[in-house]
Amino acid sequence: MRDAAPTSPVARAVVLRKNPFAGFLGVLRDIIRRPSGAVGVALVTTHVVLALISPMIAPFDYRAINSFSMLTGPGPEHWLGTDHLGRDTLSRTLLGGREALLVTGIATPLAVLWGGFVGIFFGLVGGRLDEVLMRLVDAFLSLPWILKMLVLIVTFGTGLGVLIPTLAFFYGIPVIRIARAATHDVVARDFVQAARARGHGRMTIIVRELLPNVRDALLVEGAMRWSWMLLAFSSLSFLGFGVSPPTPDWGLMIADARGFMSFAPWGVLAPVIALSSLIIGINLTADALAKALGIDRAQKAPV
Amino acid sequence: MLAMLLRRVLLGLITVVLVSLIIFAGVEMLPGDACTAFLEREAQGQLLENCRIDLGLNQPAFLRYLDWASGALTGDFGLSANGHKTISEMVGYRLRNTLLLASCAMLTGVPLALFLGIVAGLWRDRSPDLVVSTLAIMAMTIPEFVSATLLILIFSVWLGWVPGIVLTSASAPVSEFFPAIFLPIMVLAMVMTAHILRTVRSSVIEVMASDYAQMATLKGVPYWRVVFGHVLPNALLPTINVVALTIAWLLGGVVVIETVFNYPGLGRMMIDSISDRDLPVTQAIALIIATVYVGVNLTADMATMLANPRLRTLHTRKR
Amino acid sequence: MEKPLMSSASLSAALIDIRDLSIGFTGRNGQTLPVLRNINLQVRAGESLGLVGESGSGKSTLALAAMGYLKRGLRVLGGHVQFDGTELFGLPRQKLEKIRGGRLALIPQNSGQSLTPSLRIGAQLAEALRLHSNLPAAAHPARIQALLTHVRLPDPQTIVLRYPHELSGGQQQRVAIAMALAGEPEALLLDEPTTGLDVTTQAHILELLRDLARETGMAMVYVSHDLGAIARVCDRVVVMYAGEIAMVGSTRQVLRDPGHPYARGLLASIPKLADARLPVALDGRPPAPGGAGEGCAFVPRCVIAQEICQTNRPMLEETPNGDLVRCHRPSLARTLPIRAESDAAPRGEIGDADALVLDRMAISYARPGLFDGLLRKRAGGALPATVDDITLTLRQGETLGLVGESGSGKSTILKSIAGLLAPVGGAIQFGDGAALPGLVDGRTPDQLRKIQLIFQNPDESLNPRQTVAEILAQPLGLYFGLKGQALLERSAELLERVRLGAHYLDRLPNQLSGGEKQRVAIARAFAAQPDLVLCDEVTSALDVSVQAAVLDLLDALRRDQGTTYIFVSHDLAVVRALSDRVAVLYQGRLCEVGPAAAVYGAPSHPYTEVLLGAVLEPDPDTAPTLSADDVIELAPPAQGCAFQRRCPRKLGGVCDTDTPPWRVDRATGHAIRCHIDRSAL
Repeated sequence: MRDAAPTSPVARAVVLRKNPFAGFLGVLRDIIRRPSGAVGVALVTTHVVLALISPMIAPFDYRAINSFSMLTGPGPEHWLGTDHLGRDTLSRTLLGGREALLVTGIATPLAVLWGGFVGIFFGLVGGRLDEVLMRLVDAFLSLPWILKMLVLIVTFGTGLGVLIPTLAFFYGIPVIRIARAATHDVVARDFVQAARARGHGRMTIIVRELLPNVRDALLVEGAMRWSWMLLAFSSLSFLGFGVSPPTPDWGLMIADARGFMSFAPWGVLAPVIALSSLIIGINLTADALAKALGIDRAQKAPV
Repeated sequence: MLAMLLRRVLLGLITVVLVSLIIFAGVEMLPGDACTAFLEREAQGQLLENCRIDLGLNQPAFLRYLDWASGALTGDFGLSANGHKTISEMVGYRLRNTLLLASCAMLTGVPLALFLGIVAGLWRDRSPDLVVSTLAIMAMTIPEFVSATLLILIFSVWLGWVPGIVLTSASAPVSEFFPAIFLPIMVLAMVMTAHILRTVRSSVIEVMASDYAQMATLKGVPYWRVVFGHVLPNALLPTINVVALTIAWLLGGVVVIETVFNYPGLGRMMIDSISDRDLPVTQAIALIIATVYVGVNLTADMATMLANPRLRTLHTRKR
Repeated sequence: MEKPLMSSASLSAALIDIRDLSIGFTGRNGQTLPVLRNINLQVRAGESLGLVGESGSGKSTLALAAMGYLKRGLRVLGGHVQFDGTELFGLPRQKLEKIRGGRLALIPQNSGQSLTPSLRIGAQLAEALRLHSNLPAAAHPARIQALLTHVRLPDPQTIVLRYPHELSGGQQQRVAIAMALAGEPEALLLDEPTTGLDVTTQAHILELLRDLARETGMAMVYVSHDLGAIARVCDRVVVMYAGEIAMVGSTRQVLRDPGHPYARGLLASIPKLADARLPVALDGRPPAPGGAGEGCAFVPRCVIAQEICQTNRPMLEETPNGDLVRCHRPSLARTLPIRAESDAAPRGEIGDADALVLDRMAISYARPGLFDGLLRKRAGGALPATVDDITLTLRQGETLGLVGESGSGKSTILKSIAGLLAPVGGAIQFGDGAALPGLVDGRTPDQLRKIQLIFQNPDESLNPRQTVAEILAQPLGLYFGLKGQALLERSAELLERVRLGAHYLDRLPNQLSGGEKQRVAIARAFAAQPDLVLCDEVTSALDVSVQAAVLDLLDALRRDQGTTYIFVSHDLAVVRALSDRVAVLYQGRLCEVGPAAAVYGAPSHPYTEVLLGAVLEPDPDTAPTLSADDVIELAPPAQGCAFQRRCPRKLGGVCDTDTPPWRVDRATGHAIRCHIDRSAL
């Protein structure tokens, strides 16, 4: 209801501009209206909330080793049992996503921002520099992500100071491609030609004409990148190159508990379910977001 | 047409050269070199100097790059840092094993993906589509090590149908990899299928809504003939590239899978070489994988060009 | 239930029989929105019926429904569609497939997209024969050749081997016609079959269709927004408005003295070749589906609307003149004018100062990429420039019309003047005689401000993410530094100037109709207070009635501001209505330049003559003259006259080798570039 808004149309136009969240809320409503979107948003929200409050609600200290209750099954004391060191699986599962969410939560926006900006800029400018850049992007993409990540991690360690910039850098490269392609579509349209003919500068054209039209594609891309990044992060942990023990992390927990899964499957299942539900949640949200914004996500390549 | 193909090949070659430069520069920038890794704690003083002269590390980077690159062209990647074995010898069987895994996954995944994607596209928004699409999201998003772990738990631990890990040595004949190779193939195929079928689905939906599909219907062409004669040939064209990209993804995904299943392939060798700081081996594997990636994409582009009459013929009209 | 259009005696003769048909879709809020309402229509064997209306009137939906086909999302709300006594909706798929493409065939709009891109022409025709003829397979190739020859396609042996994208628009349309003829249909549905084609091609296709109808005795339902095309092909015309039949009559009745105010307004809004005056605008827009109230759907736009029109929906009733009209006051409607009534268009003042001088301007699109130089070396010498040797002078306040077929380089010239495309040769002088730098980057802010460009399609030229206020703020902020209240006031003022009003400020482009969007685009151009406005096909994406309003607006603005226009269009009648002088362009070369009256009269360049001859007028008594074939050329010839390959009056070798001289009439400044002398043209 906008009953309280000023009645003069001139004034109302100004009021409208001051509420950039109106569009966001509309999209969110559109996402939630779809069943898969509602499930996705619920899963993601639950995970984020749990990550924030888990230190307060975790029943045990995640480091507390108890040699008397190793690999016990689910019971009244340890609801999800214990691991091979007797640590409480529930507590470790609750806490196990914090590192991943923190790292990817910071690295994803960074990746989308730098990749998006570079992509838009070169998409607009074009020319030889653009062709050279695209060859470089191709070259980077042709190396498997795990190789690029591992080399850096092995050399510089796995601190947040290494992981975040590394993930942001490598995951920004495919964003360049998406942003550039989206920009190419927009640049060919007459309203950009009109802005050029009026004599606007490049930055004005990027900010006023291109960004609003590329934003949706970048948003969907960002959601996708987030899920790929989580996947990479937990894979690295799983392979032993990520979070260092005793910090609880799902990937690491799965790797640890795998050896005992023939007689203690709960140790594997708990982090598996936690990690899968988060990633599925992100993807369902991303799918619903893409549909709400009218973008076909399935056409995107899995790079 | 020929110019287009040539142009594409040229771009591919340039990419490979760039990759080799990136790999070489990347390794250069890392602290330490083959000698520090090989000599470990003794890496100092005269011993280090001698080793560097031995391996030619005292020469300028540019010359070393040329040396390495020209060697790579002939398949000679030099010696590994530890053990002094030739890399080509070490890599050979591993590459074969990885290709075996990848091609089995493709042979399973691609036909399945086409079938499911077409079904989902034709029955858009109805139950077959909803089931397929939901499963696809799950298959493509759950990390490979998670689905691998779950499959091992189910098929190997609980049901005991197939072995959970591969115990064969790298140089064993292909036949010895069965049936242990079954689970890794399944995991890879699952993810591939999911990616490809999503593209197939949306492509089928798009073409079904095209003017020419409508026209074929209004021409009185029976439904299945519209689908097979008019829709699919056009809808499946863009999936060639997605298949290629998925294969490229496979090269990264295979690393994790090989580790989980203890499979003696290139991926696990890569992880080992990185852990051991065996930089020459890492370089070699990186270059091989990148070349395969570029090659697969190049092939897909050319296949698309050859299959698409719009690109194949010269008499294209401009609007 | 309304009265059927024909007496029951002739009912049995109806081939296509549509009874009380309503079609609709479910809207966002779950309510049913009708696209067609209570349509009654009968088509007899051998009859040629025109279905005319603006976009959104439901004419295409009706044509497809006549084949028992609905687009995704639509559904039948009631009524029947019968073909030769067989109910089509609900018919088993196999029986429907037998009828479609066989006894009842469709020729689609935009054949380029309606032919399957992966199949050769021959295969697509063979499929039609396999499905709908009794010929043995061995006889198919011969039959295909015969069909292609029948639709006057040259060289049928090679055409069958071609893919659709290798053919020109006209050729694709002919293939579609051949495909429809393959089943020897009794009735042919044509959905805007010539829309988007060049005038000459359109005229050729229409003549072909006329001849086919006469030879085969097929019934035809011809759907079009173009009354000129309808006039040429149809015996009877149905006028659609907002999903209803507004009137039905013989072609002569509908085009000469229709009884429905909408039909009259439509006729008046069509610019005519022989008439230099502006057409009369039909203001307003049709209601959206479900938006029509209790009364007549045309009420909001009707100048003679009365109280009863607001409350009662009129029936389709026969008038004393013999036509059927859905109007409460058909006799009053007949007093409305169907053409411009003013004596002559009041033109703006043309000054003596030069506004723009183009001196032998040449433009080329070829832009070498990173490796192209390497690969193209063997391909031989440089191609001739896309646009070459353009010399034109515009005076202050003058409107120059630039006409030509698609690919003639009209828009390219405008882009170059606007600084979006650097000329490769020649010079541009703007205003006080200073040379104008080729690209935007080199121009002064003042030069940029004074030249403004309006694009063909406002959907493309307005940023969909910006409100009207933001759109107008771009030039106002850039050129005048306006902010805050001053900006809003100026924006509101501009909207008033284009007859929209300040309440449009907070709208997004997708909340506006096509005409409104184009007005916003015009307001944006005039926000810069330009001296020269470049109009690139500004009305061709609009319906005729809207087009007239936009032309009227452009005319009012130039008289107010003394603006100079270059008005580019493929539509010769539209150009005539607005232009003081006209330049005719072929393959990027000028053929003829002069005062509008001189260019449209004799003598003419052979190409101008071909163009003028092909124009279809909404008049049942005119016929086009087809003096040249409709081959579309891809590139201009390397030397000689640009029109040498198609010219019906070609002299011989001299046309191939020598650039023709300008033949100028000193009194009027009318110039023709031809080897033939003025007196002989």
